[in-house]
Amino acid sequence: MAEIRTLQDAVAELIRDGDTVALEGFTHLIPFAAGHELIRQGTTDLTLVRMTPDVVYDQLIGAGLARKLVFSWGGNPGVGSLHRFRDAVENGWPRPLELDEHSHAGMANRYAAGASGLPFGVLRGYRGSDLPARSATVSTVTCPFTGEVLAAVAALNPDVTVIHAQRADRDGNVQFWGLLGVQKEAALAARRVLVTVEELVDTLTPVPGGVVLPGWVIDAVAVAPGGAHPSYATGYSVRDNDFYENWDPVSRDRDAFTAWLKDSVYESAGGRR
Amino acid sequence: MSAHSATGDAGAGQAGAEQDGTATEFTPAELMEVNAARALAGAKTCFVGIGLPSTAANLARVTANPGLVLIYESGAIGSRPTRLPLSIGDGELAETADAVVSVPEMFNYWLQGGRIDVGFLGAAQVDRFGNVNTTVVAGGAGRPELRLPGAGGAPEIAASCARALLVLRHSTRGFVERLDFVTTMGHGSGPHDRARLGMRGRGPVAVITDLGVLRPDPETSELVLTETHPDVTPDQVRAATGWELRTVPEPHTTAPPTPAELTALRRLKNAGRSDV
Repeated sequence: MAEIRTLQDAVAELIRDGDTVALEGFTHLIPFAAGHELIRQGTTDLTLVRMTPDVVYDQLIGAGLARKLVFSWGGNPGVGSLHRFRDAVENGWPRPLELDEHSHAGMANRYAAGASGLPFGVLRGYRGSDLPARSATVSTVTCPFTGEVLAAVAALNPDVTVIHAQRADRDGNVQFWGLLGVQKEAALAARRVLVTVEELVDTLTPVPGGVVLPGWVIDAVAVAPGGAHPSYATGYSVRDNDFYENWDPVSRDRDAFTAWLKDSVYESAGGRR
Repeated sequence: MSAHSATGDAGAGQAGAEQDGTATEFTPAELMEVNAARALAGAKTCFVGIGLPSTAANLARVTANPGLVLIYESGAIGSRPTRLPLSIGDGELAETADAVVSVPEMFNYWLQGGRIDVGFLGAAQVDRFGNVNTTVVAGGAGRPELRLPGAGGAPEIAASCARALLVLRHSTRGFVERLDFVTTMGHGSGPHDRARLGMRGRGPVAVITDLGVLRPDPETSELVLTETHPDVTPDQVRAATGWELRTVPEPHTTAPPTPAELTALRRLKNAGRSDV
């Protein structure tokens, strides 16, 4: 059964140096507050996993926490490049970043296989692409029924998955809705699960289609109102597009980024952004 | 960026006006967007990439194809945004959608299941067979690779949609003789490669730029110039292309944007972004 913890305690307890960690969220419900808590705690040598590493991963990479990134698209959506990510890949700053690179379809099936307890996922993918040549986690499998050669992708089972959701009750049952991305699969594929929520309630209000992850598949729930900012939580907040646009000049410059880290993460109160 | 007269005459610098007073000057970028929207006439469903494809697909929905179903990889099916989204995951895309599905479902059931007509993609680099690089660009001797965002959904979108459209600005940096990395296969190295690899869709059928339109030759699958925009010559397009671009005997001239198209495009852009 999930325990209700502070964000600081939950991160300290569940995420360790060297872990493979997925902070999932497909534009919506991105767990920024948890990412910033990781930076404050200095949890390092992480293998970061995510389909769409965007600004929060730019921050984690820039802060030097990541040794490897497993992903399928790394950019600032609608704005341009992730400059901290690029600086790490192109120049090794603040440290070199190893990559395991996939397509979205491949990553989605890697998580689904992980959640299903299977060793690999199968899809009609990667054909004609140079991607498989650079990844040890893409191969092929021959269909035993038709003989068709299909892509096989290794299951992803993170040590820890962190997701952000709208709300939870006191038993740690979690409800979330809107664009769901791959959060459910990433949570079920993981060995440990931390969910940050907008609010804790006595009783969950039924929401048609509002996915519930029962408390017994979750290790900890931490209350973090606004914890998805600058992304958003449907029903609670809207996407702060200005933040994403303003991130571009901050992230282009190592000194501006370092100053941002100091002001907005290390010296912030810790609850949110 | 220079403006063209919508009347197609050489009135450079003249602010032409229709009788109703609608301004008719337009930029090459606007013509690219309008032309990309027109390419969606007749399509039922479109898998929309962010940026130029999203602009074109939303314009199509208010001009050439009101019934077009927009599908965003973030999970929204049948979105009807009133403003251009900054991101494929902006809230309005989900709130105005017929259905919202998870990302694994989107790629497995809807895309791989063969339910989508057109995949509309942007690109950093494209070669003469419509293959696309969005991963890395070689930096030259002793220099590091330049990192691009990566594949996203593109390899499977271009493989599984019934056909694909590409839209990007025309330059020798984008239209290259040889890709540094093939992220997404277009036509490989010729007409039989897609069939050999068991790809189900036809692949790229047009590349729409701010100078004209390139389409694959039915015999060789090599992209050839079939259309130039008003006031653009085939030589100008060749100069902006990194390979020896072939041209059909008499390339068409793109029809300039109608006042209605221009008005709709500018209204979409001026409406700002969702969630602001």
